Amino acid sequence: MTWVTRTALVAGLCFLYAPILVLIAYSFNASPLVTVWGGLSGRWYGALFSDAPLLAAAWVSLKVAILSSLVATILGTLAALVLERHGRFHGRALFTGLVFGPIVMPEVMIGLSLLLMFIGIGLDRGILTIVIAHATFCTGFVAVLVAARLRGLDRSLEEAAADLGATPIRVLTTVTLPLLAPAIAAGALLAFTLSLDDLVIASFVSGPGSATLPMRLYSEVRLGVNPEINAASTLLVGLVSAAVLLASWLTARRGQA
Amino acid sequence: MSGRPRTVFDRIVRLPPLVWLSAFFLLPFAITLKISLSEPATAIPPYLPLLDWRAGLEGWSIFLEGLNLDNYATLYLDPLYRDAAIGSLSYAGLGSLILVALGTPLAYALARAPSRWQPLLVALVVVPFWTSFLIRIYAWIAILKPEGLLNLVLLRLGLIAGPLTILNTDAAVIIGLVYAYLPFMVLPLYAVMNRLDPTLREAAADLGASPTRVFWSVTLPLSLPGIAAGAGLCFIPMVGEFVIPDLLGGSETLMLGRVLWSEFFSNRDWPLASAVAVLILAIVIGPVILFRDSLRAGEGEDAGA
Repeated sequence: MTWVTRTALVAGLCFLYAPILVLIAYSFNASPLVTVWGGLSGRWYGALFSDAPLLAAAWVSLKVAILSSLVATILGTLAALVLERHGRFHGRALFTGLVFGPIVMPEVMIGLSLLLMFIGIGLDRGILTIVIAHATFCTGFVAVLVAARLRGLDRSLEEAAADLGATPIRVLTTVTLPLLAPAIAAGALLAFTLSLDDLVIASFVSGPGSATLPMRLYSEVRLGVNPEINAASTLLVGLVSAAVLLASWLTARRGQA
Repeated sequence: MSGRPRTVFDRIVRLPPLVWLSAFFLLPFAITLKISLSEPATAIPPYLPLLDWRAGLEGWSIFLEGLNLDNYATLYLDPLYRDAAIGSLSYAGLGSLILVALGTPLAYALARAPSRWQPLLVALVVVPFWTSFLIRIYAWIAILKPEGLLNLVLLRLGLIAGPLTILNTDAAVIIGLVYAYLPFMVLPLYAVMNRLDPTLREAAADLGASPTRVFWSVTLPLSLPGIAAGAGLCFIPMVGEFVIPDLLGGSETLMLGRVLWSEFFSNRDWPLASAVAVLILAIVIGPVILFRDSLRAGEGEDAGA
């Protein structure tokens, strides 16, 4: 590597990590002011765990993320199978548009349009409506991951199973799905993280009593820098890093699968 | 693709995603379109009847008579919405340009790093992307505010006499956009650069080209599809961005996502908010069609990275 590329790399990574490191550092600052260092302290973490509305919101987010990533994983995996294994069929273009559309559709548009529909059909807003919304936009992301893996799979394994008399369902459950498992797991993790992270869509489709963690953080963050939020952010960063490590471990395994 | 006969099983596999996405993506979009064409008075929740199917032709004629373009006329005539549209395009356009300028050297550096370091370096670029978007933007408030870290450092170094005002300006919005979308630029571009045939570079070098010359005349032109994919992937969500202008921008920062939000949550003018949503979509549909193939390739690569 030349010094130019080395500098670009170091500068780029510093830019990406500096704000996150600043946040972590200030979460341990005893002083509530950004400009004053008051020594190491864990007081904001203590405050965090006695903040009942924040904990309630975190619990809502967790439930929503588990349910919506479950639905998105099933739908996204099926969608990927259709896109990669079904060849041409009537309505293929529409199907492709439906799967990838939510990825590029602006969040404000997804949130608003789903809300208008929920009101139109008289569905009360709450955890269920957030789950539906999140599952809808996460499906495409799962499909992208699983389809990429499907493209790399050796087709002859499925054909061999079919030649030996396995029914399509049996081929799917005993050959295709086990081979896809790492990509499906990575997709589920991505959907889980996307759901945990979403502020805009949830703000539209949540009802009273179903504020998610990002919604709660957002209302605090708008008021300015708050050391308690630094602590919450640090915990989230730790959690996500753990999830990413797990995901990269899962993807690394696909070489052996 | 497969030539095997279509089975009932195939159709059953197709149904769940098709039904779900039609119900929760296509139908809501149609309803939004309909409400954007409604008068505020008739567009009060629960918006029924959207369309009275049972009334047959009469139902359709009532449906059609209820449509009007007033909301779109408002968007066109009121300078607020025009400025917001221009604002969204300018912020997203300038942001994309800066992302190309910063993302290209970073992606190139990744692609040229020793191959055993590459997975780790790519992971390092991806990790912030998995970290809460809201929190990453919020972190910039602590850095950019007048008594924040950046001013503190610059003052201590004696580079400035008084604190700079960065937070709540256009500069802060651009910093936020560039920061949040940098991984979207770098990953597809890295994927393209990493796949380039190294013998082309070697041939250029053998013929006497300097490393800089090799980059400008070989690597860069061959990477243009990746640059286009990255810029498209960043531009599209930036147009509808809400969180960044809201947290980092000032009161005069006008972007469509923020206008939609305030029409909806503050003014409660839902038909107008719907019209703004349709406008955002109209603006991003151009690039989506333009970059359709490279976007799909880019997304596929993201997934692999």
